[in-house]
Amino acid sequence: MLNPDVVGRTYKGANSFTVSQESITNFALAIGEPNTSVAPPTFSISISLTESQALLQESGLDWTRVVHGDQRFEIYRPLVAGDSIICSSTIESARVMAGNEIVTVRSDLHSGNELLISSWSTLVVRA
Amino acid sequence: MSFQVGDELAAKTFLINRAKLVAYANASGDQNPIHQDEDFAKSVGLENVIAHGMFTMALAGRYVSELAGGSEKVREFSARFTKPVVVPAGIDVELILSAKVSAVEGNQIKVDLIAICDEVKVLGMAKATFLA
Repeated sequence: MLNPDVVGRTYKGANSFTVSQESITNFALAIGEPNTSVAPPTFSISISLTESQALLQESGLDWTRVVHGDQRFEIYRPLVAGDSIICSSTIESARVMAGNEIVTVRSDLHSGNELLISSWSTLVVRA
Repeated sequence: MSFQVGDELAAKTFLINRAKLVAYANASGDQNPIHQDEDFAKSVGLENVIAHGMFTMALAGRYVSELAGGSEKVREFSARFTKPVVVPAGIDVELILSAKVSAVEGNQIKVDLIAICDEVKVLGMAKATFLA
């Protein structure tokens, strides 16, 4: 069970990291997308889920029972190779429905002061 | 290309197989064995290996990018993972994507997406917004 105190807590990645052309190309190849000049619309999940996984595990959530319920992206500007990104993740809500715990995590990807992508992942922790 | 509310956009079929799931796992970092290891998937009560929900969504994203005329034009994209895409060994599973224009607001085109696999909708409430 998730500690209710974590709702609203934001974890800001301590270090920025640089989006590589290789990571964009590999992702594009894996989904058959020929254009590798910008990241595909769902590329940022590879960054945000890693970040929120760490946050959720620290918060006491059993990752082995997690199923992805839904996903949303707002893209203000697509990622490109060379972007220096800081990801901050916030647990926006946690509730229990039919015995399953439902957690929504928001991840914001910034480059400097510019917000490039916000995404929301709803995770269902099976009872 | 101009879009009008109610336009039904050309459907496209994508193929999903085990090799593609491995490539997606490596590219995305999601190495959950339910997407690669049949014995493991069955041990946790699944019928067989299932595709990452985010792989199905990524293919839908590729479809939206094609409709938009480029990934850089996609502004919003959301979906609910309603049914798993089961991927037996040695088989190409067909994922059929189609879209209908739900709104045109200035230079923003909103579409509702339908993703069908084995005659079942695998994404719910799937929507995207892209720039005309």
